[in-house]
Amino acid sequence: MKILVPVKRVVDAYVKVRVKADNSGVETNNVKMSMNPFCEIAVEAAIRLKEAGKVDDIILVSIGGKQAVETLRTGLAMGADRAIHIEATDLEPLAVAKALHAIATKEEVGLVIMGKQAVDNDHNQTGQMLAALTDWSLATFCSGVDVGDDTVEATREIDGGLQVLSVPLPAVLTVDLRLNEPRYASLPNIMKARKKPIDTVALADLGVDDTPRVRTVRVEEPPARAAGVVVDSVAALVDKLQNEAKVIGQ
Amino acid sequence: MSILIIAEHAEGVLKPSTLNAVAAGVEIQSHTGGDLDVLVAGHEIAPVASQAQAIQGVATVLTADSPAYGFGGAASIGGLIANLAGYSHVLAPATSYGKNIIPFAAAKQDVQAISDITAVRDAKTFVRPIYAGNAFATVETSDAIVLVTVRTTAFEAVADTGGSAAMRAVDVMTAEPTTLLRNELTKLERPELTSARVVVSGGRGMQNGENFAMLERVADKLGGAVGASRAAVDAGYVTNDYQVGQTGKVVAPELYLAVGISGAIQHLAGMKDSKVIAAINKDADAPIFQVADYGLVADLFTAIPELEETL
Ligand SMILES: Cc1cc2nc3c(=O)[nH]c(=O)nc-3n(C[C@H](O)[C@H](O)[C@H](O)COP(=O)(O)OP(=O)(O)OC[C@H]3O[C@@H](n4cnc5c(N)ncnc54)[C@H](O)[C@@H]3O)c2cc1C
Ligand SMILES: Nc1ncnc2c1ncn2[C@@H]1O[C@H](COP(=O)(O)O)[C@@H](O)[C@H]1O
Repeated sequence: MKILVPVKRVVDAYVKVRVKADNSGVETNNVKMSMNPFCEIAVEAAIRLKEAGKVDDIILVSIGGKQAVETLRTGLAMGADRAIHIEATDLEPLAVAKALHAIATKEEVGLVIMGKQAVDNDHNQTGQMLAALTDWSLATFCSGVDVGDDTVEATREIDGGLQVLSVPLPAVLTVDLRLNEPRYASLPNIMKARKKPIDTVALADLGVDDTPRVRTVRVEEPPARAAGVVVDSVAALVDKLQNEAKVIGQ
Repeated sequence: MSILIIAEHAEGVLKPSTLNAVAAGVEIQSHTGGDLDVLVAGHEIAPVASQAQAIQGVATVLTADSPAYGFGGAASIGGLIANLAGYSHVLAPATSYGKNIIPFAAAKQDVQAISDITAVRDAKTFVRPIYAGNAFATVETSDAIVLVTVRTTAFEAVADTGGSAAMRAVDVMTAEPTTLLRNELTKLERPELTSARVVVSGGRGMQNGENFAMLERVADKLGGAVGASRAAVDAGYVTNDYQVGQTGKVVAPELYLAVGISGAIQHLAGMKDSKVIAAINKDADAPIFQVADYGLVADLFTAIPELEETL
């Protein structure tokens, strides 16, 4: 079975972003970029499926500017087989899902594993949209994935706990934090990855209409919280909470 | 055109998150006019439908009753939503339930959904957090139908009594390709995390799951819920449904007490809007103190028993 893993290049999760002075967006120049952490988890999941003999071809796809190729190389060094770079910038989840739909159909993949959320725009939409466009079955927020011959047993993290679904293939799975711990690429694998193929595809050749639907009018810093105080004892803390903040009873 | 709110419910009980989504709907309605309806989809939902009828401001409760909707799958409920005509806006709470179905329904209608709105500017313009809440974007959609998920902590719940909505059954028409094998739900012994007045959260500093019992006792004295950082969940101290943060639950209680939590941006993203934040951490430089109204630099293993004693 072929598996498709969409990966996104994002501002590193541990960078505290700054809003641009003209309020048009956040500053992404000279900021550390990384593979979206949830996408790393998806790549790791795909590699484990290949190691278990359930998958024989891992195809990465990233939609973005030229530097998306670096992110693809990272995934190839982890152990993916080949990659597709779709050149475009700042696509909305619907357009990304349409592009993924085109690739998944063309490559005849049996399974798509992807992040539940990209930590830049925090949309948490693309996987659900891809399932809707393909009419494949869907399990979001997976913390457990057991791939059988024609179904996946997927454990999902939901607000009340866990939910276990039987998901017929072909399927779209979006992964949550606790599915696995992604491996680091070893030096020999980084060298090997340089020879792995990366195809470039133009968005237009996939027939995707990428006209934006949602315009960003303005981006602002969150309101700052007023400075707090340090208290020196539990008794002082309780006193403040009772008598100053009045959030707990006497 | 009308506004449709997707009700969230479990075991015959309407979830309070629905009331926050209705509140956002009411704000949109002040710009658009039209009716505000609620969809209750599920299996054997009569009790939920009558609770929804009593919500203030609701014109009609649509019911879709079928085993296919039993566990709230994205395909069945998202497909149903996409088939309901006459709505200019469709809203669901930004919970794991709403986040699962709204993008699915949106793509079925060739609409770009808007996630996690925290404010309504007009019928087409909304505010939403990006980058773990380190920035807020005002966004304007040009889609004919607007599908959004609503950050529950940003909209004060409407009253769940006093309304007298009409009731109308809608055709059940969609299939769910996935099947539920089982739910492994955490038994709730305290108020729900997202609607509790007080939240006491523990992090990696708690060292193990047994030590969370200390926080539970404090929470019980305050009538609160217990939450956790990702590190505490990853380490297996508590289950995933405790996680507060960018990729967990968003809470905004009257009092958030962070114990043994460093205050990473991803954690702050889920609790920064709490009315009062208190933190206990032995490291005076922990970033949690930058957002805390009251900070206590102390070893939690002496401070928490003392706190329990004092309360
Ligand atoms: C993609 C992504 C998503 C994430 N999503 C989330 C999320 O939703 N929620 C979330 O919480 N995190 C999330 N994280 C993780 C986040 O970055 C931090 O790693 C995490 O919040 C740290 O948890 P912690 O504060 O419990 O642990 P640590 O950072 O290890 O902090 C432990 C703290 O406990 C204190 N401590 C230790 N012992 C004691 C003691 N005896 N008494 C008092 N204090 C003590 C220490 O001083 C320290 O400050 C995410 C990360 C990524 C990359
Ligand atoms: N530009 C992109 N290129 C490749 N994959 C993407 C892109 N945008 C989103 N995705 C995938 O969709 C997931 C969810 O992203 P989002 O819906 O934007 O939060 C990510 O974890 C990726 O797997």
